[in-house]
Amino acid sequence: MPGPYDEMWEKLNLDLSAHEHLLQVLGKFYGDIYLSQQGRLKGMEYLDFVLSEVHGLRIQELQAAKAQGRKIIGTFCIFVPEELILAADGVCVGLCAGAEIGKEAAEKILPRNTCALIKSFVGFKLSRLCPYIESCDLVVGETTCDGKKKAYEIFEEYAPVYVMEIPQMKQACDRDLWRAEVVRFKAKVEEITGRTITAEKLREAVRLVNARRRVLKRLNELRAAVPTPISGRDVLLINQVSFYDDPVRFTAKIGELCDELEKRVRAGEGVVPAGTPRLMLSGCPMAVPNWKLPYIIESSGAVVVGEESCIGTRNIRDLVDETGQTLEELLDALVDRYMRIDCACFTPNRERLEHIVQMARDLKVNGVIHFALNFCQPYAMEAFKVGRALEKAGIPMLPIETDYSMEDVEQLKTRVEAFVEMVR
Amino acid sequence: MSERPSALVAGIDIGSRSIELVLLENGEVVHWDLLPTTYDPLKQCRSLLDRVQVRRVVATGYGRRLLEGNPGQLEVRTITEIQAYALGARHLVPTARTILDIGGQDTKAILLTPEGRVAKFEMNDRCAAGTGKFLEFMAVALQIPLEEFGAFALTADKRITVSSMCTVFAESEATSLMARGEKPANIALGLHLAVVSRTVAMLRRVGITPPLVFAGGVAHNPAVRRLLEEALGQEVMVPEQPDLVGALGAALHAWRLSED
Repeated sequence: MPGPYDEMWEKLNLDLSAHEHLLQVLGKFYGDIYLSQQGRLKGMEYLDFVLSEVHGLRIQELQAAKAQGRKIIGTFCIFVPEELILAADGVCVGLCAGAEIGKEAAEKILPRNTCALIKSFVGFKLSRLCPYIESCDLVVGETTCDGKKKAYEIFEEYAPVYVMEIPQMKQACDRDLWRAEVVRFKAKVEEITGRTITAEKLREAVRLVNARRRVLKRLNELRAAVPTPISGRDVLLINQVSFYDDPVRFTAKIGELCDELEKRVRAGEGVVPAGTPRLMLSGCPMAVPNWKLPYIIESSGAVVVGEESCIGTRNIRDLVDETGQTLEELLDALVDRYMRIDCACFTPNRERLEHIVQMARDLKVNGVIHFALNFCQPYAMEAFKVGRALEKAGIPMLPIETDYSMEDVEQLKTRVEAFVEMVR
Repeated sequence: MSERPSALVAGIDIGSRSIELVLLENGEVVHWDLLPTTYDPLKQCRSLLDRVQVRRVVATGYGRRLLEGNPGQLEVRTITEIQAYALGARHLVPTARTILDIGGQDTKAILLTPEGRVAKFEMNDRCAAGTGKFLEFMAVALQIPLEEFGAFALTADKRITVSSMCTVFAESEATSLMARGEKPANIALGLHLAVVSRTVAMLRRVGITPPLVFAGGVAHNPAVRRLLEEALGQEVMVPEQPDLVGALGAALHAWRLSED
């Protein structure tokens, strides 16, 4: 039966029948994990809607923007300064994928021991199932880890790729490198969009992205309440959606949701019974629709109250200074803000350990679950130091390494349940 | 037993290979039973429970959710194997600090606080390398009955190293060793050594604190026991019925719940 978006998807060269199947699976999965929750906020209806239209209405909006001469730029990493894209009237969309799609196709061109996130974006592209990638005028990669770095060299044959060099240390010379990269990216964005990034346009974009960061910070402050008023799954979803929704609309909608949350917090209403163990997630990003671990945790008698991750606090902790007058000052502010990101690709990365311990204390958690994707060396290795830092602070940690497949769900359940029994 | 059935509580450990049942009265074991898991574990659970009258059941093991929401059944609570083995081992050895459980498809190392709470644990993830299943496959490959496999390995006259821990690769490694004329007992010992070295690494990750209790079906295996003591340089305590420790822990939990 032809649907309202079939024509659009066909134009985007999607594999229509496989895509139809994907949407069905995703819808079922979403229903089981999200719609089955008790006591959800009214404000989550917006997120349900956005997700139900993830490949529909939002893609239509992107096509409309393209028709107006705006460019769509896809990114895989929170290091890519979205502000520059918006300052050139571009639309920025996060392309990270969290589903085991096109794995076999991906494994034809990538080693099997590549992390699920990389396999997923390559798999989506090769199996023609992601309308976001297909809508992009430019796909921005970055040198955060060797896996991504080398995968982009291959991916280049399938999509218009541009790669930013991310420094690996935080010395003065690294800041210089990063500043040069930001300036080089600005020129690339200007070239692609045909627009000039002025101080005024950049300041406007900085304010726009800061506003979205602020509303997500507000959300995190509210959900930190005891008892927590919203499930961790829902907050993760909000963070995931922030990467591809229209930033102005998203900020307004999450603002409304926060108003609703505020009332709950004031009334002392929790989303789970009093005394439910509070856990924090830390580690690799969980891209849509990777809800596996949060779902297991929240089905094991615990609630997630924090995500120390790129799709979480790492993306919103720091704001860009808005006071700069000139373009140079604003670019400096951008450079400084992004250099504060505590990604595991840096060495050393002590800030991250401090942030995790502080966050765990502020959120009054009973324990931390560290999530590393299989074969993600930076995060899997850093788990050891995270565990030690938390142990010193008297906070238990469970390290988990997994991927997007469902084959280890039962084993994960046992480990997570045992951890919940232990910290209760 | 039949005079005061309501005083009984049950623990049931639904494992990948066998299902064990332990009944307690006033915290003391009054009955135990076990059946192979088969392809219909629910039926096996029912036949174990149908033979007894209990007022509360706590289930553990990988199939612990199986009895939940079964109409006509008692309310069944669940705990993980980690918790069950901690409770069970601690009951048998009140000073136990480290517990090793090697079952049919997984291995667990648990460190307890001096008070007996779980402080840390490690489990193998999706792969069953180094577990009871591994030994079972290897016993078949060498055509030795599983129950005799450990004793057979101890008749070896030479220590050889089997480097594969993957069940499939280890089997082909064993096959090529046989083709080279290596004595089956020596290969068997090599396979046991491989299990033990993997187990010791897991124990070291939780930090081994004596006394150490070794439970689970594989604790019946004399070669694993002896090699483990050798590698750790310390005594390894094995309960009389090591495969009942999980069910015992679940039963103890049920008893606690009924006391509250």
